[in-house]
Amino acid sequence: MAFPQPRPQAPQLPQHLLRTVDCQQGAVRAVRFNADGNYLLSCGSDKSLKLWSVSRGTLLKTYSGHGYEVLDADGSYDNSQLCSCSSDKTVILWDVATGQVTRKLRGHAGKVNCVQFNEEATVILSGSIDGTVRCWDTRSRRFEPIQILDEARDGISSVKVSQHELLTGSVDGRVRRYDLRMGQLHVDFISSPITCVCFSQDGQCTLSSSLDSTVRLLDKSTGEMLGEYTGHKMKGYKLDCCLSSKDTHVLSCSEDGHVYCWDLVEGSLSLKLPVGKAVVQSLSFHPTETCLLTAMEGRVQVWGAEPEETEEDTMAS
Amino acid sequence: MSSDSEEDFVSFGTPLEPLEEDEPLKKPVPLHEQTVKDEKGRYQRFHGAFTGGFSAGYFNTVGTKEGWAPSTFVSSRQQKAEKQQARPEDFMDDEDFGEHGIAPREITTSQEFWSSRRDEVREKARAVNAQNALIPGDTLLEELIAPARLSIGVELLKKMGWKEGQGVGPRVKRKARRQQADGGSRVYGCVLPPAGSEDSQNEDDNDDEEFAPDNVTFAPKDVTPVDFTPKVGVQGLGYRGLDPGLALLGRGGSEHIDLFRPKAETRGLFGDAGRGSRRGGVAGQAFGVGALEDDDEDVYHKDSMSRYDNVLGGEEPGDGLYGWTAPQQYTKKRDKNKDAAYLGKILEGFTLAQKAAEEKTIFPPPSLPRDYRPVHHFRPSLDVSVLSGVSPALAEALRVSTGHMVKEEPQQGGGGGGRHQMDSDQRRTLLGEDTLQGPSSVMELLRPEDRQRLLNLRSSSSKPATPVSHDALRLAGSSAVGGGASSGLQQEALAAWKGVQMSSQTFRPFEKNPSKQARYELYLTRLKQGDRDALEQSLDPAVTEWERSREREEFVRASILYRPTSSSLSSRFTRAKQEEDEDAVEVSRDQEGDVDDKQAAANMKMFGRLTRETFEWHPDKLLCKRFNVPDPHPGSGIVGLPKVKRDKFSVFNFLTATESRETSAPPKPSESGKKSRWDVSDQEKKKSDPLSELLSSARQQTDTKLEQTPVPALPASSSTSSSTSSIRAEVKTEEQTSSNKKKAEEEQQEEEQEEESRPPMDLFKAIFAGSSDEKSSSSSDGESDDEEDVKEDKAPNLFNITCNTSVTSSVTSTVTSTVTYSQQTAVFSSQNSTRQEEEEFGPKLPPPSDKVRGGAASPGEESLRKRSKEKIHKKKNKHRKEKKKKKQKKHKHKAKEQKKKKEEEEEEESDSSEEDGVSTEELLKRLKSVRSHQTR
Repeated sequence: MAFPQPRPQAPQLPQHLLRTVDCQQGAVRAVRFNADGNYLLSCGSDKSLKLWSVSRGTLLKTYSGHGYEVLDADGSYDNSQLCSCSSDKTVILWDVATGQVTRKLRGHAGKVNCVQFNEEATVILSGSIDGTVRCWDTRSRRFEPIQILDEARDGISSVKVSQHELLTGSVDGRVRRYDLRMGQLHVDFISSPITCVCFSQDGQCTLSSSLDSTVRLLDKSTGEMLGEYTGHKMKGYKLDCCLSSKDTHVLSCSEDGHVYCWDLVEGSLSLKLPVGKAVVQSLSFHPTETCLLTAMEGRVQVWGAEPEETEEDTMAS
Repeated sequence: MSSDSEEDFVSFGTPLEPLEEDEPLKKPVPLHEQTVKDEKGRYQRFHGAFTGGFSAGYFNTVGTKEGWAPSTFVSSRQQKAEKQQARPEDFMDDEDFGEHGIAPREITTSQEFWSSRRDEVREKARAVNAQNALIPGDTLLEELIAPARLSIGVELLKKMGWKEGQGVGPRVKRKARRQQADGGSRVYGCVLPPAGSEDSQNEDDNDDEEFAPDNVTFAPKDVTPVDFTPKVGVQGLGYRGLDPGLALLGRGGSEHIDLFRPKAETRGLFGDAGRGSRRGGVAGQAFGVGALEDDDEDVYHKDSMSRYDNVLGGEEPGDGLYGWTAPQQYTKKRDKNKDAAYLGKILEGFTLAQKAAEEKTIFPPPSLPRDYRPVHHFRPSLDVSVLSGVSPALAEALRVSTGHMVKEEPQQGGGGGGRHQMDSDQRRTLLGEDTLQGPSSVMELLRPEDRQRLLNLRSSSSKPATPVSHDALRLAGSSAVGGGASSGLQQEALAAWKGVQMSSQTFRPFEKNPSKQARYELYLTRLKQGDRDALEQSLDPAVTEWERSREREEFVRASILYRPTSSSLSSRFTRAKQEEDEDAVEVSRDQEGDVDDKQAAANMKMFGRLTRETFEWHPDKLLCKRFNVPDPHPGSGIVGLPKVKRDKFSVFNFLTATESRETSAPPKPSESGKKSRWDVSDQEKKKSDPLSELLSSARQQTDTKLEQTPVPALPASSSTSSSTSSIRAEVKTEEQTSSNKKKAEEEQQEEEQEEESRPPMDLFKAIFAGSSDEKSSSSSDGESDDEEDVKEDKAPNLFNITCNTSVTSSVTSTVTSTVTYSQQTAVFSSQNSTRQEEEEFGPKLPPPSDKVRGGAASPGEESLRKRSKEKIHKKKNKHRKEKKKKKQKKHKHKAKEQKKKKEEEEEEESDSSEEDGVSTEELLKRLKSVRSHQTR
């Protein structure tokens, strides 16, 4: 007989504010961890994209080149490239170190809501208000997208990529999953406009938040609803939701200035994190640790499971 | 050694110390004290056997002059191009260049002055190289293929006219020389080393007689320089190895060693089989005499140089004449032998061809069949000549392709003669198809005058051509009919027209002359009836004979030419089977299922099978590659969803489109603005209904709800501030317009009611202009005046619509609340318009910053208000008055709003109920007043 399994410790929640970063770039439209969770990207409404160190809260680099507010960003797996999208209808591929624009991809007819690298950063997927998802090739010099996914009948609000699947959430109230391996498109109808979609870490479920103030956990293969999380307020704004790093909790932004955190299985509200008075616009969960980023107005807040020894709100200059 | 001997002898090496008697033996120098010095007395350090020994490196270092970096290494980019060629000398030191080194440097004769003597130094160097060479035998080959290099003496001789191989000295007669040679070289008793010259001379004696006439003098036979084959291998001198031929052939018997006629004379490894003098078994120089063998004479075999093959290339014939000076025919001797078949005399200056001329392969003519008779039957030429305007070849081609020109026997065509002999019309009649509409001949497409010209041309050209047809001529001569018109042609025409259904589009050749045309047509009808004297009957009796004959001719010709089916060209073209369907549009093959069903299922939280739809989807090949996924549909050219063509103007296309549009705007309960999160909405109530309830009923409910409250899901904050409501109303208008767009019948009743107040074109313009503008210039803030106007118009219109819908629907509390909102919308039309400009589809982004405010006003509203204000300020070209008015209104409303806020916070329900009392007529009135106020 083997040793009995150590008693699994209760999952911790990021309830302690570690630091607040004042980004000085207007409203922060999105905040994202990089691939390993050491850095964060903040997308500002002043057309700039900024790279910060999470642990120290210092500004590392500013990427400017967009013509309008930056709406989403993503970092490649090797931290060598960034992509960002903006209201100026472009998607930009950045070189991290130099801060130069590697490629500026035009083609969307409207503002680009979301952008995502694929696993190997060979393709950029961008979803736009024009209802299309465009797959851009980062390898070739072609400036046309590889493929345009125009199945959505309304704007795309969120795009996620797993190994061979694309998940898109659209304002037409549908979550579409493109399975490249099977060559199939699965459409899940969720009557309300989708604001954000996520894959679970185990890849079995999809999470979608919609404007009827509900976050739904759907079984990926059948489309059945596994869980429904309500209580927060998401009625008009495009706010993010996410799963915790170990799939234990569901988190969602809310218009009432809180981040709501539900237990995934039970569906009960386990934490209501008061972030501020305004709308929590974006959040991002650390890929491995219990660490949460929230963006409200011009600030990004870092939340951890335990309070840091020297807890002070370092205001970054 | 004694001192006096030093003068006489050259001493090598280090002399030993003179040994003295009583001296104790010197201790040998221990190993570690032994030193090595070079010639100049410098100490040499031992670097290790493998790192250079004593003579390593540069000044006793293992490095080079440049240090440790090898001189060949060049790192800079500029010097990349220059290549350094390392010579072996670079790696040698003085010692190597010394007398005993591997590359001694001493004064030697330069190559020009080399005699044929061997260059020992070079050979030594070569031997060294041979050891290092990749292929050990490499240098051996080089030696064999030594380049021809002439010493200076040879060159001088050559300049004097000497040719190589010639003997030096006065020219001699053959005979004399031979005698001399015979006399001189017959030596008995002692064994002379064999010499090549002797060999050849002996052979000369044997077979030179026949071609050496007496009056020819030869240059004295030179001693050809023998290139001795170098001895390779470690065998002893004179070792010959096993002669496999002899061993295997099993020739027995001894062979006398004859130095003068050695066995190898015959040249050839396998010897002369005819001799048969050797004994069997393995025998050779290396093998001794076996126990079984008696004779042991041949053990010490004497060898002669002639046994060795020292000539490259072809085998030497054996006589000494082989060389430059040999007569031409002699060198060609073997060829002559080869061409033994040619017996004739070869002309002077000519030689037999070495290569036989290539034989031309001549194929025999095909064998004729037995019953072949060399008579050519020409094709029946009767009609080709008739078509005088057309060249016979073309006519023939046409005939073959269409079968029109020559009329086969009707019976044959109809019967088993085969379908190939039928023309298309016959086939058509057999198949029971209709005639093709439209012109059947190219001629019909021409203008009449052109046609006439063509006809004239043809008739004029036909004049001389007619006599060509001998048949016709003969017939014409015999026939009673004058004027040369052929009765044969008449027969032909009769055959062509007989039984042919009259089609309306026969060619009218005499259109210019109606009476003539009428006569012609009469003629044709007669022909069709099979009337034999159709021509005579149809001709005009009033005209002169000459004219009649001319007309007759014309008629016949025309009737043959313009047979109803003779549209030979038209048969080459086919009519398009189907029209290019420009009306079709590509529609995705798999249409999404009924949205209402899904809506109902979603409302009932029955996600899964009901809400899930799966389509076949084709990812791009490159996309698969980038995702490291095999192409799921290899070979399919489709990308995306499979498409099918549908009728562009099909109603169903629009229906689906509007349907999707309808659902794109989320159905939302109207009271959402007021209810708190925890309130149980209608929907939720419905959810609580038993799930067993039929889907259809649920669908109905949602339908009705949609109709009642077209209020879309929008950032409804819990407070009912006016600005929020304005936004909502706006989005609602959007939805309204979208619903207006659709021409579905269900909407029509509604439209009827709307008609009085709605100016549809304006509305459409507003929508389309606004949206397109937005897309094209989302980043630009500029706004044109007319756009502004349109927007101003728009607000009341929109309001009217909502109002009307409220009228149509039963007056519920929810509806009235909507109406109040819309009222407010109207009031805040300026806000509305500015907001319209940056109207966004779908969920919006939160405001950039937010001042902490008291009350429950959501941050969105505040920012919105701010933004709109900013916008207003930005607009320079706006009418000031209007702006002021609007501001006033705004202020007014703000006060109102604040009041309201307070109220509403406590009693939302009462608020709505309060509004309940307002009748629709009153609302309309209010709205109208607002509208007039604005438009003023």
